[in-house]
Amino acid sequence: MIEIKNLHVSIGERKILDGLNLTVKDGEVAAIMGPNGTGKSTLSYVISGREGYDVTEGEVLLDGENILGLEPHERAAKGVFLAFQYPVEIPGVATMTFLKAAVNAQRRSRGEEELQTPDFMKMVREASSKLGINMDMLKRPLNVGFSGGEKKRMDILQMSLLEPKFGILDETDSGLDIDALRIVSEGVNALRSPSRGFLVITHYQRLLDYIKPDTVHVMAKGKIQKTGGPELALELEKSGYRDYVGEAA
Amino acid sequence: MTVQAIDKKSEAETALAGAFEAMKGKGAAALRQASWEFFARKGLPTRRVEAWHYTDLRAALRSVAPLGAPGTVAVPAAADGRVRLVVADGAFRPDLSDVAALPAGVELSSLADALAKDDSAVLTALGLPENAGADAVVALNAALMQDGVVLRIAPATEVAKTIEILLLSSGDAARSAFTRSLVVVGDGAKAKIVETSVALAPAGVQENHVLAFSIGAGAEVEHIADIGPQSEAAIRLFSLMVTAQTKASFKSLGFVEGGGLVRRQIFARLAGEQASLSLDGVALLGGKDHADTTLVVEHAAPHCQSRERFRSVLDGQSTGVFQGKVVVRPGAQKTDGSMQSRALLLSENATMNNKPELEIFADDVVCGHGATCGRLDADQLFYLEARGLPKREAEALLIEGFAGEIVDAVSEEATRESYFARIRSWLGRREDGK
Repeated sequence: MIEIKNLHVSIGERKILDGLNLTVKDGEVAAIMGPNGTGKSTLSYVISGREGYDVTEGEVLLDGENILGLEPHERAAKGVFLAFQYPVEIPGVATMTFLKAAVNAQRRSRGEEELQTPDFMKMVREASSKLGINMDMLKRPLNVGFSGGEKKRMDILQMSLLEPKFGILDETDSGLDIDALRIVSEGVNALRSPSRGFLVITHYQRLLDYIKPDTVHVMAKGKIQKTGGPELALELEKSGYRDYVGEAA
Repeated sequence: MTVQAIDKKSEAETALAGAFEAMKGKGAAALRQASWEFFARKGLPTRRVEAWHYTDLRAALRSVAPLGAPGTVAVPAAADGRVRLVVADGAFRPDLSDVAALPAGVELSSLADALAKDDSAVLTALGLPENAGADAVVALNAALMQDGVVLRIAPATEVAKTIEILLLSSGDAARSAFTRSLVVVGDGAKAKIVETSVALAPAGVQENHVLAFSIGAGAEVEHIADIGPQSEAAIRLFSLMVTAQTKASFKSLGFVEGGGLVRRQIFARLAGEQASLSLDGVALLGGKDHADTTLVVEHAAPHCQSRERFRSVLDGQSTGVFQGKVVVRPGAQKTDGSMQSRALLLSENATMNNKPELEIFADDVVCGHGATCGRLDADQLFYLEARGLPKREAEALLIEGFAGEIVDAVSEEATRESYFARIRSWLGRREDGK
């Protein structure tokens, strides 16, 4: 379970998150919707530990432990996973080399034994085939020259190999056509489990047709403005974010 | 007052004059004399010489280490399947070399023997390519050359085994060495030549090595210049000269692992139509390393292709230099040239000087160049960290990827892997704070 309590975050002088509260239980898929520039990506970066954000108040608890003091790799080893809006291209680093380094770094961090190559390969082969990822693609440098859909699938492959407790999907639908969106969503749905929570960040209701949320939160001006069930997303699709942006202006 | 200061010989220049007197009687008298006079006029290069602007040799070479007698060496194990020719402390050592293993079609002699006999073919071949002729360090080498190897590969010979010229420093004393090697590759022949600079123990050596390739029509040469670690006090100068005839191909990787002052200079001339040249380079620098690669690629014939890809990784207080000049002569139409130098700065105190240049005197050519200097990319780093890699490991993976993209082009798997291992080992030493 992840609990975000009264989170205040600034970048330099600019306040981005202003007392945000949010709880995502194990097994729950929570969607955050909101207009541009409202701090959705900031929230995902702060949870996963990116540098450059000043947390001035509040805490982020993963199963009761405040993770805000941890390095990004320590949070990852504890089960935080961020699927990036724009997965980064890394020339010169073969995808397979990277996957193995990531899996084993997390295992080491948890005091588990590293996976040997044959076991690792077996695991990757199984996970890749489920996502329709060709093994030849894994010999190529990470994300270099991959299409938008391939990059997202690669992120979901990483998620399935790393088996996080809590997955954040940051605008996973951006840059995807309908077919790619379906494949990626199926990948995410296959990873839904009673022990794993998800936070799905999106502008559009469309993604939520594929990844059905349990709860929907409207975020604006640095905090959660309204919480409801899946019907809230449909309502937003009709009325837009006007009511939330205009408020208290 | 200023004029006098310029004209005055430095202590090192005076000492070099003494060394020249000692080498005078060792063959090639006319070539030595002319080269010495040229050098004596020019003196050791300073910042005022454009090609040496970032490496002031006159300031670096304060005194000259003696030529001295070669030390005792134990030759390290060779990589599998290589034929090794050992040049230790400036002297070719047939006793330590795999002379008997040289394949048919490859003829070997020592440079000292060839010079002593005034071998006219060798002397002709030693005549400098036009574009290296103005370099004082190459001239100094011709004046003082002690020894080296002369390899002649018969036309249409396919030499399967890699031939390694091992430039070994025994490390028992700070001595000077001037070696010159010559590889004449006959028409249609194929060969792989590696030159390796290895120090058995670090020492403040002063080495000046020249390796000249004359590549016949349709011949293919793969080359590696492997410059291993050395003492901070060492000064090593490597001049590579290449002349490629019609449809000849030359592919080269320079791998520089720091060690005091290293200067690589490459003078390549595409002399025949459809010749192709590929020069790659990786430099891994830390501490007070200073590594300079300065190259001139001359397109003297139409329809030739040249590619240069250089990457420098700079840590500590190291300094990197890349100066690349592509010259397209009048009439060298349909030239296809591309030059790229990228540097990765890992420390606030590291410096990179990047200077690519094009000089084009033909109108139907495609030439491009690019140079970048930067730090590790924050987005890439965070991506790796968010997947569970600790920061130092994430950095190491990115650095390995940066340098590895160049090493990846090495055709032989075992050799390629050995360079990846060298990159990782350099990164390991960096990790240990060395």
